[in-house]
Amino acid sequence: MKLLTCPINGTRPLQEFTWGGEFREMPDPEQATDEEWADYVFNRSGAPGVKKEWWHHTASGVWFIAERDTERDIVLRTYLYTGKMSDD
Amino acid sequence: MPLRLLRFALSHKHPEPPMFTEHDQLGKTYDVVIIGGGGHGLAAAYYLARNHGIKNVCVLEKNYLGGGNTGRNTTIVRSNYLTPEGVAFYDRSVKLFQDLSQDFDLNLFYSTRGHFTLAHTDSAMRTMRWRAEVNKHLGVESEVVDRDFIRRMVPEMDLDCSGHSPIHGALYHKPGAVARHDAVAWGYGRGADMRGVEIFQKTEVTRIDVKHGKVRGVDTSRGYISTPKVLCAVAGSTPRITQMVGIRTPIVIQPLQACVTEPIKPWLDTIIVSGSLHVYVSQSDRGELVMGASVDPYEIHSTRSTLDFTEGLTAHMLDMFPFLSNTKVNRQWAGMADMTPDFAPIMGKTPIEGFYIDAGWGTWGFKATPVCGETMSYTVAHDQDHELIRTFRLSRFKELDLTGEKGAASVGH
Ligand SMILES: Cc1cc2nc3c(=O)[nH]c(=O)nc-3n(C[C@H](O)[C@H](O)[C@H](O)COP(=O)(O)OP(=O)(O)OC[C@H]3O[C@@H](n4cnc5c(N)ncnc54)[C@H](O)[C@@H]3O)c2cc1C
Repeated sequence: MKLLTCPINGTRPLQEFTWGGEFREMPDPEQATDEEWADYVFNRSGAPGVKKEWWHHTASGVWFIAERDTERDIVLRTYLYTGKMSDD
Repeated sequence: MPLRLLRFALSHKHPEPPMFTEHDQLGKTYDVVIIGGGGHGLAAAYYLARNHGIKNVCVLEKNYLGGGNTGRNTTIVRSNYLTPEGVAFYDRSVKLFQDLSQDFDLNLFYSTRGHFTLAHTDSAMRTMRWRAEVNKHLGVESEVVDRDFIRRMVPEMDLDCSGHSPIHGALYHKPGAVARHDAVAWGYGRGADMRGVEIFQKTEVTRIDVKHGKVRGVDTSRGYISTPKVLCAVAGSTPRITQMVGIRTPIVIQPLQACVTEPIKPWLDTIIVSGSLHVYVSQSDRGELVMGASVDPYEIHSTRSTLDFTEGLTAHMLDMFPFLSNTKVNRQWAGMADMTPDFAPIMGKTPIEGFYIDAGWGTWGFKATPVCGETMSYTVAHDQDHELIRTFRLSRFKELDLTGEKGAASVGH
């Protein structure tokens, strides 16, 4: 069974979680051009690598960040979103 | 025993020439380089040579021909899509498929079976009616049928699905078919080879040489090739290639798994799909049930397979066909599906001059192999998007003009 560690609820079976897609910085909607906005909404860094992504613990409703190697499918760490991602 | 086989048995030499010429050396320059020796890349090569007289072409395949999603798919061919653009496009492909065995002089085992998309809810019935109307309007055989019709055609099915997911009706698509996937790749490959295209297996593209927004060549595991035109037809590897030229796309790679049972006596001559139960199934000529479901629920760039998948899939199979409870699953595998947000492909020219893309084929691109070859070869030859693929252009995302094929493509087949 595959496991994932929720920062609040601890290690749980993967079936309890939903993938929320790659974490992306939202541009300022007031400032962004239409093209920048469409890029944010649709485009993804599709190539393999270690990525930051949103995960949702479905039972408790906790959203958090996982850093995962998308080629080997190995989770390196998980933590709660603090609002500043680009500095760490 | 057919005489041909006897000749094989008695001959000391191999009496049949190999399917393709093995070239020792990569050429220095080509008019067009095609990345990816799956059905799509080989079909584009074939039509470039046949329809456009462009023969100084090479196809580069990092593994072996047809070893990507082409050789992993469940081979369902149909055209009962939802958008008028989609229906017209896939219908052209079905028509090309029907003549392909003749074209190639190779038996593709193309087998028209009839295709049911089951509806277990009122809202699913509504989508079926919508699809049937769009299909009929465009001349595609497609109709909504009731339980009695399904019972007559598939008497083995439990129409109540053990009581918890009763079937209300279905969309029935008579031309729905299956074909031998490897043969499609080989047929296109042999046809291209015969017309002078050079095919290289075990040759990986590692870099694309772009200067001032124009393609100049590619680096491969066997050396540099100069070329003004590159067609990228690599399905699950698309983001790795687009990254080489700095193009961003919405493509996300998610595995799609499939499996087959042991061979059993023929009993299922149609193709059955259930969106609610996430299952599709047909029976192969060898008697195996070929089954698939939806994509895995998150991004992974590998072809591992899981027990979760077989457990979920077989549970739903038993809802429909309880008598299969003693039938064993023999093999399972996965391919990397290149998914797009609107369940439509990404095809045509790109912001880089001379770089053409045929991707975003996700879980539904086998049926499109012939029409992709035809339209992409036109696009590459004329440096202009073929009219059938304009709706699938990459720029539709920034123009907020998506295609919306989810209602007909979200269960992978
Ligand atoms: C399990 C499964 C079931 C499916 N069922 C159906 C179905 O029922 N009906 C349907 O219509 N579609 C189905 N599909 C989708 C269909 O298989 C694909 O959309 C289609 O086969 C894509 O063909 P292709 O030629 O574009 O890609 P592929 O066949 O994947 O070929 C791409 C090739 O590119 C090569 N390549 C990658 N990177 C490089 C590089 N850098 N250099 C050189 N070569 C490279 C790869 O090795 C590969 O051989 C299914 C897919 C899967 C995985």
